[in-house]
Amino acid sequence: MNTPDDGPVLEAVDLKVTYPGRRGRPPARAVDGVNLAARPGEILALIGESGCGKSTLARALVGLVKPTGGEVRYRGSGLSYRGRALKRYRRGVQLVLQDPAGALNPRQNVYDAVAEGPRLHGLRSGLDDRVHNALRQAGLRPPEQLVARYPHELSGGQQQRVVIAGALALEPSVIVADEPVASLDASVRGEILKLILQLRDELGLTALVVSHDLGLAWNIADRVAVMYLGRIVELGPVEEVLQHPQHPYTQALIDVLPGGAKRRHDLLAGEPPDPTRIPPGCRFHPRCPARAELPAGDPRDALCTGKALPVLGPGAAGERAAACHLVGVPLVDAP
Amino acid sequence: MTLLEVRDLAVTYRSGGSDVRAVRGVDFTLDAGQTLGIAGESGSGKSTVALSLLRLLPVSAKITGELLFQGEDVLTLGWGKLRAVRWAQMSVVFQGAMSALNPVRSIGEQIREPILLHEKVGGRTARARTAELLDSVGVPSSRANAYPHELSGGQRQRVMIAMALACRPNLIIADEPTTALDVIVQAQILELLTDLVRESRIGLIMISHDLSVLGEVCERLAVMYAGRLAEIGPSRELLTDPRHPYTEALAGAFPTIGDAASRLAPSGLPGDPPDPAKVADQGCAFQPRCPVALPDCATRDIEAWPAGPGRLAACVHVLDKVSS
Amino acid sequence: MTAAVTTASGGLTAPSRWNPVKRFARQYVRMPTGVAGLVVLVGFLVLALTAPLYIGANNLDVTKVNGPLLAPPSSAYWLGTDLPGRSVLLLTIWGSRASLSIGIIATVLTMILGTSIGLIAGHFQGAVSRVLMTITDWFITLPSLPLAISLAAIIGQGATSITVAIAVTSWPATARLVRAQTLAVEARPFIERARALGAGNTQIMSRQVLPNVMPLVLVSSTLTIAGAILSETTLSFLGLGDPSTVSWGNMINQAFTTGAITRGAWWYLLPPGIAIVLVVLGFTMTGRAVENILNPRMVGARS
Repeated sequence: MNTPDDGPVLEAVDLKVTYPGRRGRPPARAVDGVNLAARPGEILALIGESGCGKSTLARALVGLVKPTGGEVRYRGSGLSYRGRALKRYRRGVQLVLQDPAGALNPRQNVYDAVAEGPRLHGLRSGLDDRVHNALRQAGLRPPEQLVARYPHELSGGQQQRVVIAGALALEPSVIVADEPVASLDASVRGEILKLILQLRDELGLTALVVSHDLGLAWNIADRVAVMYLGRIVELGPVEEVLQHPQHPYTQALIDVLPGGAKRRHDLLAGEPPDPTRIPPGCRFHPRCPARAELPAGDPRDALCTGKALPVLGPGAAGERAAACHLVGVPLVDAP
Repeated sequence: MTLLEVRDLAVTYRSGGSDVRAVRGVDFTLDAGQTLGIAGESGSGKSTVALSLLRLLPVSAKITGELLFQGEDVLTLGWGKLRAVRWAQMSVVFQGAMSALNPVRSIGEQIREPILLHEKVGGRTARARTAELLDSVGVPSSRANAYPHELSGGQRQRVMIAMALACRPNLIIADEPTTALDVIVQAQILELLTDLVRESRIGLIMISHDLSVLGEVCERLAVMYAGRLAEIGPSRELLTDPRHPYTEALAGAFPTIGDAASRLAPSGLPGDPPDPAKVADQGCAFQPRCPVALPDCATRDIEAWPAGPGRLAACVHVLDKVSS
Repeated sequence: MTAAVTTASGGLTAPSRWNPVKRFARQYVRMPTGVAGLVVLVGFLVLALTAPLYIGANNLDVTKVNGPLLAPPSSAYWLGTDLPGRSVLLLTIWGSRASLSIGIIATVLTMILGTSIGLIAGHFQGAVSRVLMTITDWFITLPSLPLAISLAAIIGQGATSITVAIAVTSWPATARLVRAQTLAVEARPFIERARALGAGNTQIMSRQVLPNVMPLVLVSSTLTIAGAILSETTLSFLGLGDPSTVSWGNMINQAFTTGAITRGAWWYLLPPGIAIVLVVLGFTMTGRAVENILNPRMVGARS
C-alpha cells in the first residue's frame, strides 16, 4: 500500500541525543542535529563508522532513546514518550538488531520469540496464524518444523530470520535494522539482504538500514546517508553518492573498499572521532584529505577550521547534499 | 624454497562422545616470503588449520597428516623445540587485540618479552628493538609505556603486529586481524601488513571470512568449505574467474560499487553453512547449497582437480572445462 | 499499513509448554548423582508425609510410651529408645516433618523475598536500586543467632521464630546474587529487542529476565534449603526451638542435655545427625545436577 503522496513515514527533525559526561568528562554529543526522512516503501541506508552515532540515531528513531533535542515524527506527528502512545508506536516501527544470537532470549523457543510482540500488544486471537505468517514472510519454511526449536539450535541466518519474523508479527510499516548482516557469514548475508528487499516489494515495508558497509547500501538501498560524528555529512540517491561522492569522508570510505578502483595511500590518519570532543568548524577537518591538499594560505582552509556547517535537510526524493565547505569547488587545480 | 608444506591435514574434535571432523584433508604449500589467504565461513575449519600450524589446539583435538615447517614436522616436535618455533620462527596475530594483550603490562614490556626470551640480548638492545618495531608499525615509540586500554583499537592491532614481528619470524599467521575494526582502520592495518611482509620477505597466512580483504593482501587464496579446500590459486584469477561455485558466491557477497549487476540485487547462497558434525564423507559437501549441482554430486568422489596454472578446484565442473 | 495478511495457517500450533520440562527430565535421569540425591529426598519426603499414618501420640508422648528406657537397638526398637522410652526411629521420622518444613518454608520465603528485591534492584537503576541495596547490605550484616534469640524472646520459642530468623538472614545473599545476574541479563540485546517490541518494566522483568535468573535461583535454593535445615538444627540445639515438638535439632539437643553421649547412647545421637547429612547431601546433589543441565554456558557452548 504505497501511496505516493504520503510524505515521509518516519522522520528525524533536528534530532539531538547527548549523553551526560561521566566523572568530569564532557558530555558526548552522539547525535548532534540530524534531519532524515524515510518515505513509504523506501530503503534508506545510514552509513558510518563505529562511534559516529548511527546506532544511537537508530535507537532514537524506534523510541528506545529519548532525544535531548528535536523530535522523531511518525506519519507527520511528533512521537510521544508516554507509555501508551509509545507502545502504539511500536506496532508501527520495529527494530532488528545486529547480533541475532544475542537478540533472542535463550530460554524462548522460536514460537514464543515471534509471539512475544503480539502477546505484549494483546493480539492473542489467531496468534498461531500470525506467527505462522510472520515466519513464512521471513523466509523460514516450513515454519512447523522450527517453532519448537531454541535459538542455539538454529544457524545464524535462521536466528536473524526469527528476529525479523518477531518484528513482522506486529505488522509494522517501518523496520529499523542496526547492522542486520554484520555478524552473519558471507554466504548468508546476501540472503538476509534479499529478504529485506523482498519485504519492501511484497509488504511495502519502509526500512532504515544502519551499517558500516557501503556495499550494503549498493546492494539494497534507494538512498544513502553518510554519518560522521553525530551529523549527516552526505545524503542522496545511492548511485550518485557512491559513484560520485562529494564529501571527502564518503570518498575515503569508498577508497578503502577492497578491490576499489584506486588505492589512496594517504588514508585518513589522525585521532579517531570522539563525540565528547567535536572539533570546531567542519567536524571532519582534522582528518580531511581534501583540506590537506589545499595549497598553503588558501582562504578556504579558514572556513574548514572555523566556520560551522549548517545541518543538512532531510532531502527530497532525488535530491542530494553534502556538508562540506569545499563541495563544488575543484579540490586540486588541474596541472 | 618451501617454507611450509601441509599434507593431508585432518583435525577431529571429540565433543560429548561424538567426533567432529573440523578439517578433513587439506594440502597446500607456502614458499618463503609468499602470502596465502584462507577464506571460509564459520565451521569451515579455517581457524582450526591456523591453530594447528602452531599446535595451539585443545587437547581434545586429534591431528593427523604432516605439517612440514622448514622441513620439520611440527606435529612431532618436542615441546622445547616447539616453543622455540613459536614466536621466533612462526608467530601469530589474533583477532580482538584487547583480549590478546595483557591489560596490566605496558605494551613495551609485552613486545620486549619474546625478544628477551628467544634472543640472548640485553635489556638495552631489546628496548631499542621495541622502539624500532613500534615505529615500523606506525605507533610512536614514545607510547611504549602506555597500557593497552590507553590505545585505540587500531593501535592495539598494530602493537599485536609488532609483537608478532619481534623475533623476526619466517612466517606470520594472522587470524581475522581486522575483523573488529572500522573500515578505514582496517584498510590501514591491511596496508601495513602488506608492506611489512613485502619488505621483510616474511611468509604470511591470513585467515578471514572476507574474500575481498584477503585478495587485497595475499598473492594466493584458498577457499575452505566443510573442512576441505574448495579452491586454491592466485588471488586475481580466483576472484575474477572463480571455478568453484562456492568461491563465486563468496566473491559476490561483497559487491563492487558501480557494478550494475549487484545493484539492488544482493547475492547469497540459500541454506546454511555446513555443520562440521554432520558433513557426510561421500560426495561434495557443498552440493546441498550448490546452484549448479549435478545429480551425482552427492555421491561421486570429489577431489581437487587442476583448474588452470597453479590452480586447483574441487568441483566436477572443472573437468568439463578442462576437457572441452 | 502493511498489506493485508494472507492467512494460510497450515496447521501451525504453539509447541507444548511441557517440552522444556520433558527435555530437562530426560537430561536429569542421565545423571547418577542427581538421581541418587533425588531418591534420598523423595524418600524423606514420603516418610515425612506419611508419618501421621503410623505414628501417633502414643509413640511420641512421653507420658504414654512404654518402651525400655535408653535401650540400645533391638528387634523391637531398630534404633533403640530415648530416655523416656520412645523409639528413636519413629522420632527421627517424625522429626523430619519439622526440620523439612522449616527448611522449605524458610527457603521459599528467602527465594521470594531475595528474587523480587534482587530483580527490582537490578532492573531499575538509580535511587530505587541504591535504597534496596542499602537495605540488603544492612540485613546482610545481621548475625543470625542473636537475631533468632531476640525473635524467640519476642514471638516465643518455636518453629515460627526459627523460620523467620533463617529467612531474614538468608534473603540478602539471594538478593545480591539475583541482582548481579539481572544486571548481566539486562545487558544482553534480547532485552532491547523486548523493549522495542513494546515490553514495559514488569514484562521485561517477568518474561525476559526472570526465566534467565530462575535457574540460578533454583540451584542456589537447593543450597539455601540445606543451610536452612542446618540452621534449624543449630538453633534447636541451642534450645531455641519449642521443646515439645520433635525435630532433628531438638533430638540432638535432648540427647546432649540428657547426657546420652556420656552414657554411650550413640543410637540417640547418630540417627538425627545422619538424617541431616543425608538430606543436606540430597539437596546439594540435586542442586549440582540441576546446575549442570541449566547452566547456559554449557547449553550454548557449541553453536
